[in-house]
Amino acid sequence: MAKNLTPVWNKIAKHAMLPETTHDERARYNFLSNLNKHLAHVAQGNKTAYENRVEPNFKKEHNRSIETKEELQNAISSDSHYQIWSSLRRSTMEMRQQAGRSIVLRQAEELRDKAEKLNKGKSTLVLNPDVKVPEYLMAVDNHIMPGSYHTELIQGDVTPAANYDSGIFVTTAGTIGRYSDGGGKAITTWVRQNYPDFKPKRILDIGCGMGHNVLPIAKAFPDAEIIAIDTGAPMLRYGHARAVDLGYNNVTFMQMDAAKTIFEDESFDWIQSTMFFHETGGKSIYKIMNEVHRLLKPGGLTLHIEQPQYTDDMSLFEKFMRDWDALNNSEPYWSKMHDIDPAELMESSGFRREDFMQIGAKAENDLIEGGNDENEPEDYGRAPIWNVFGAVKN
Amino acid sequence: MEEKLDYIKLASNKSKGKRPYFHDDPAVERVLNITMALAGELAVARERMDSIERLLEKKNIVTREEIENFVPETPEQEEQRQTWHSEYISRVLRIVQQEMEEMENPDKSLEEIANDINEM
Repeated sequence: MAKNLTPVWNKIAKHAMLPETTHDERARYNFLSNLNKHLAHVAQGNKTAYENRVEPNFKKEHNRSIETKEELQNAISSDSHYQIWSSLRRSTMEMRQQAGRSIVLRQAEELRDKAEKLNKGKSTLVLNPDVKVPEYLMAVDNHIMPGSYHTELIQGDVTPAANYDSGIFVTTAGTIGRYSDGGGKAITTWVRQNYPDFKPKRILDIGCGMGHNVLPIAKAFPDAEIIAIDTGAPMLRYGHARAVDLGYNNVTFMQMDAAKTIFEDESFDWIQSTMFFHETGGKSIYKIMNEVHRLLKPGGLTLHIEQPQYTDDMSLFEKFMRDWDALNNSEPYWSKMHDIDPAELMESSGFRREDFMQIGAKAENDLIEGGNDENEPEDYGRAPIWNVFGAVKN
Repeated sequence: MEEKLDYIKLASNKSKGKRPYFHDDPAVERVLNITMALAGELAVARERMDSIERLLEKKNIVTREEIENFVPETPEQEEQRQTWHSEYISRVLRIVQQEMEEMENPDKSLEEIANDINEM
């Protein structure tokens, strides 16, 4: 499409758990995905503002360049373009949450009942009310989603997941596909291409959320036993019901903290996470990686899809822009995790440095309109292009 | 029977953590947020009207259910609708684009131009 428009919301994949939407609710989502795309263009003005007036003004005043992120933050905060872009972006994210929650909360009971019907009597959903939601999740509402993943407004609530499912298509403007599974698809393709003889019998997905990224793995390895864990009961109830309705029967959703699972040593062939670690915490990330190492069989594979790490050749400006979402769209650990060297993180858990690998991944998309045009500006932190790190355990 | 959720109030809850403000005066932020919400609702009303018009055109008889369930039926309709949104947003945020253009090509003030012209 010439104008590289975002796909209309009704292109989202339909399944029994997807919340009912009225005409106006769909229109609101269409407005918001268009607004998101528009703001990616407005964001380009930040670089112009930085180069043409923020940095020159700083130099004039201090007789030197901006040297730290803090200095950059201070200097750019009073720039009028940065101000209007920031406030529009924040406002758009708040509107997206409001739009999603107003859809799902009005039908909370109906959604709960639908999930209960699909989940009833299934051994592939294992909830454990004794599992504590980790402190790092209690401390913040990730992506300014009020109540985060775990809050239950009614008994058996699934609304956090229904909001997430219906809205991620809007936030990403369709760039990760109709099932929002572009990450899971990309990693599956990569594994099949690079390890054609790999026949995993047991696969663990950690921090699975509503399970959107584990399903492509389950599809590619139908004979494998797949376990997807998360601490958020609403996500698991919804994710399991969604998977059942979509015809999957080889994924078991379990409520569990990735830092202290109940599984035996060396019991998995593949351990995967997708956009998970940046929503953990500074100490937990090491505990979870220790657990990954403990659970992985010798010769087993572990891969983690994440936002790009900061490198020495990345400009201060780009680092600052990438941090914008961390602080202003509430993903605070992201701003700290950037500074961890994933190779060191894995080595500290027992992986060998020579077994460490790092690759790039781009979302696979089943939508014609969702493709990211090469001429589209890079919207830091939103582009469906990720860093994957991992290792084979030896 | 569980008490129904107050979904209207709950839908607009704030998230954890102090809300960031970006303008020098928080009142600017407040007015901007209200304005953008209105902008969104106009887009919603426009999309609804678009559906009604298309349905009227198509059938000459329109039911509530038909309007409620209408989604674009062809790639052309999808493109037209998304184009409308794209144009609409660009129109509402005109000043932001103009400020970017000014940043890229700093311009003279009209007083300066008047002085220039005075010499022409």
